[in-house]
Order: sequence, then C-alpha cells, then structure tokens
Amino acid sequence: MQNFDFVKPSSVAEAVAALAKSGAQALSGGQTLTPTMKQRLATPDVLVSLTGIAELKGVKQNGGVLWVGAATPHVQVAKEAAAVFAGLAGLAGGIGDPAVRNRGTIGGSIANNDPAACYPSAVLGSGATVITNKRRIAADDYFTGMFSTALAEGEIVTAVEFPIPKRSAYAKFNQPASRFALTGVFVSQATDGSVRVAVTGASNNGVFRWKAAEAALTANFSASALVGLTVDATDMIGDLHGTAAYRANLVKVMTGRAVTSSR
Amino acid sequence: MTKVTMTVNGKSVSAETEGRTLLSSYLREGLGLTGTHIGCDTSQCGACVVHIDGVAVKSCSVFAQDVAGSKVTTIEGMANADGSLGVIQQAFQDHHGLQCGFCTPGMVMSSAALLANNPKPTEADVRHGLEGNICRCTGYHNIVKAVMAASGQDVAAVAAE
Ligand SMILES: Cc1cc2nc3c(=O)[nH]c(=O)nc-3n(C[C@H](O)[C@H](O)[C@H](O)COP(=O)(O)OP(=O)(O)OC[C@H]3O[C@@H](n4cnc5c(N)ncnc54)[C@H](O)[C@@H]3O)c2cc1C
Ligand code: FES
Ligand code: FES
Repeated sequence: MQNFDFVKPSSVAEAVAALAKSGAQALSGGQTLTPTMKQRLATPDVLVSLTGIAELKGVKQNGGVLWVGAATPHVQVAKEAAAVFAGLAGLAGGIGDPAVRNRGTIGGSIANNDPAACYPSAVLGSGATVITNKRRIAADDYFTGMFSTALAEGEIVTAVEFPIPKRSAYAKFNQPASRFALTGVFVSQATDGSVRVAVTGASNNGVFRWKAAEAALTANFSASALVGLTVDATDMIGDLHGTAAYRANLVKVMTGRAVTSSR
Repeated sequence: MTKVTMTVNGKSVSAETEGRTLLSSYLREGLGLTGTHIGCDTSQCGACVVHIDGVAVKSCSVFAQDVAGSKVTTIEGMANADGSLGVIQQAFQDHHGLQCGFCTPGMVMSSAALLANNPKPTEADVRHGLEGNICRCTGYHNIVKAVMAASGQDVAAVAAE
C-alpha cells in the first residue's frame, strides 16, 4: 500500500477542513477502503478518520424519525433499531460477518454505493434523507448509479434520517462467497399506506425502485399482488454467479419474501 | 514515523508506525506477536481477528494509528495466567477443532467474542457467528463442537459429520 498521512479529528468541522486538502480521503470503518487501498485502487495522500467523532455516532428516535449517525457501525444499528424499525435492523444484522458489522458503517456503505451493498436499498426503500455537512439530500436524488452518489468533492455524510415505516423487511439472496447481495430487496409500507420497493445487487445502474411493484403493493400489501408482474432483464447484472434473467427473476422472488416477512 | 501506544493483552506497549501500518503488522512486526495470522490480507478470511476494546475486528482492515490508545486482546492473551490453555483453547484441543492450525487464532478470538455476547449459543448461532472465519482445512464440524463444549453444552447433540 502507498503511504499516507493519517489524521484523526474529533469534530465534523475539523474533518471537513482536513478533507479540503487535495489528495485527502475520508476513512470510516475501513471495511471497503482498506482492501481498496491495498489494491492501489485508492491512493490518498491524507486519510481522515471519522472514527473518533462522537457527533457522527448513534441511533436516535425523534417522533416518527430514526436518526442514524454516519459513523455508526452495523452491529449497533442491528441492536438499537430493532424495536422500532425491524427492516433496517434486520438488514444491518445480515451484512457480511460479525467482524465486518463491528467496524463497517452506514456512512461508508452509502458513500461507496456498491451495486451489491445492502444499505442503499434501505435508504431508497424507505424514502430516507441523507444529511451531509452541507445539505439534506432525498434518497431519490442521492444514488446516481453504480459507485456514484450526489456527494461533491470533500462533502461527507453525517447522518441518515429514516421515516419509521408501519412495517418493513429486507430479503437478501446471499452471494455465498462474498456474502454481499446477489439480489436484495427492501420493502416498506409507510404510515399512510404507501409502499416503496428498492432493489440492490441486480442492476448495472446500482440500487433502483421497482415502481410497478410499489403500485401493486400499495393497492394490496401481499406477495400475491406481484403475480402478474415481470422485471425487465435488459439492465440487470450478468456474471458467473447468475445471469441477467436469473437476477430479474430473483427481484420478484425476493420482493415477495420481503413482503411476507414485513413487520 | 509516529509512535503508537496501546494496551495489548493487559500491557502498555508502543511501536513506531507509518500511516499505512495495519494493526496486524503493528502486532506481528512491531511487537513480535505472531500468533495473529494473515491469511488473505483482503478482509475475507478472519485469521487475523483480534479484539479491540472487547469487540472482534479483522486486524488487517484497521490502521494502527486509528486504534491508538485502545485495549487490544490477541490470541497470546487467551491462555490462563499460569500459562495453561484457556477454556476455548482447551476445547479446541479436546474436540480436534484444528488441523494445520492456521485459522485457529482467528477462530478462537471470534468464538470468544461470540460467547461473551451469547454464553449459551445454539449450533446455528455458532455457525452464523463464525461466518467470517474460513478454515482451509475445512474442519468446521469439530470447530463448532469445540465452541459448544466451551460454552458448557452437550456436544453429542451437534449435527452431521
Ligand atoms: C467480508 C466482507 C463482507 C461484506 N459484506 C457486505 C454485505 O453483505 N452487505 C453490504 O452492504 N456490505 C458488505 N460489506 C461492506 C461493508 O458493509 C462496509 O463496511 C461498507 O461498505 C463500507 O463502510 P465502511 O465504514 O467500512 O467504509 P470505508 O471502507 O471506511 O469507506 C468506504 C468509502 O466511503 C468513503 N466514506 C466513508 N465514510 C464516509 C462519509 N461519512 N462521508 C463520505 N464518504 C465516506 C470513503 O472515503 C471510502 O471511499 C462487506 C465487507 C467485507 C469486508
Ligand atoms: S488476513 Fe485479515 S481477514 Fe484474512
Ligand atoms: S485448521 Fe487449517 S486452516 Fe483451519
């Protein structure tokens, strides 16, 4: 790995100042970035750790909203969101393995926007708001394609605010070697009855909403509402783990499972 | 170079680091604690698992400077004070939970973290909790037996040879 200067600020303001220098990059749990740097696919001159910033950590309920700090590890979300937001807690508790969940964070996951990552589907599939040091970004505007987001240079995610749905679930079909999602679907029914369905792992364009299923499930929140629907395989990922048509079919299967297990 | 101090296995230690020095290299090269193994170096295999402030972490994925001041426990800290094997280590020996032994330090550290959170796990809990630890000798059944035994449970009940 190429060498770099390591800095560990204790406030968002200090982190943002450190990230303004050219060649600086944020480090959160390092579960994605460290291996990436070993492969020299990222070669920062300065690494700015977000792990020592208390204001970026925690899970807090405020009325109908769940605030999750960007540097909160998956294990904490799995535990602390369980009572109010089962779908989110279940998703966080199924990421990778225990050591990955102890270190990896929601901010790192949605900044990276891996097309097979779990969290983007929860953020998009519940209509959450991504909060940065500069602004609030609606989930629909935040994810802009595979490994791409609306974040500007030097901008960091500070938290995500989730509207707490009436019921929700995440159903993931594991890619058995990496434990990422071969296809994962997050379904939520809001308190007004409207449904969102967000799909990860399947599309070449990263996480996306399956709007035909949203309409069908808003009318009838049951897996049987999906029977007549089909998913277009044109933009689906095809690789040695599964063809595009296989993934298109999985989208429907996993949506049905998520609906059935929603609580 | 930056001097990094932390508490490893109950002792205050320090070693010089670069920004890129991983916790795994700090332990192995800086402190000579070579019980922590490097299998994949890509965060996949779990051979390098240690505890940072009581939490299981892959030490090849963490920079030493990021965890300065922490309390770290490695496999070298798992024996009893008199040097005899700790309960989990002894159970691995008794139940043949190791063959070549390469994955064993990580398996023991992950098992210790698992049992600290869940002292009487089911077999499924153990298999799920060790998902991030790969054994290239594929001795998984005996590893699961060892963890069940270390928790004081009946190993005869563990499924499928
Ligand atoms: C074995 C293994 C299995 C895994 N399985 C899964 C899985 O099943 N599902 C899944 O979703 N993920 C999985 N992951 C990925 C894991 O969840 C990562 O933790 C996560 O994707 C990145 O989070 P991080 O905190 O580690 O970020 P880092 O690796 O520290 O950073 C990732 C990227 O985000 C940037 N960044 C970090 N924080 C911020 C911020 N606050 N604002 C702006 N940019 C930021 C960094 O600069 C970097 O580019 C797995 C990883 C491993 C090693
Ligand atoms: S060496 Fe760290 S996970 Fe394999
Ligand atoms: S005992 Fe050989 S790798 Fe597990």
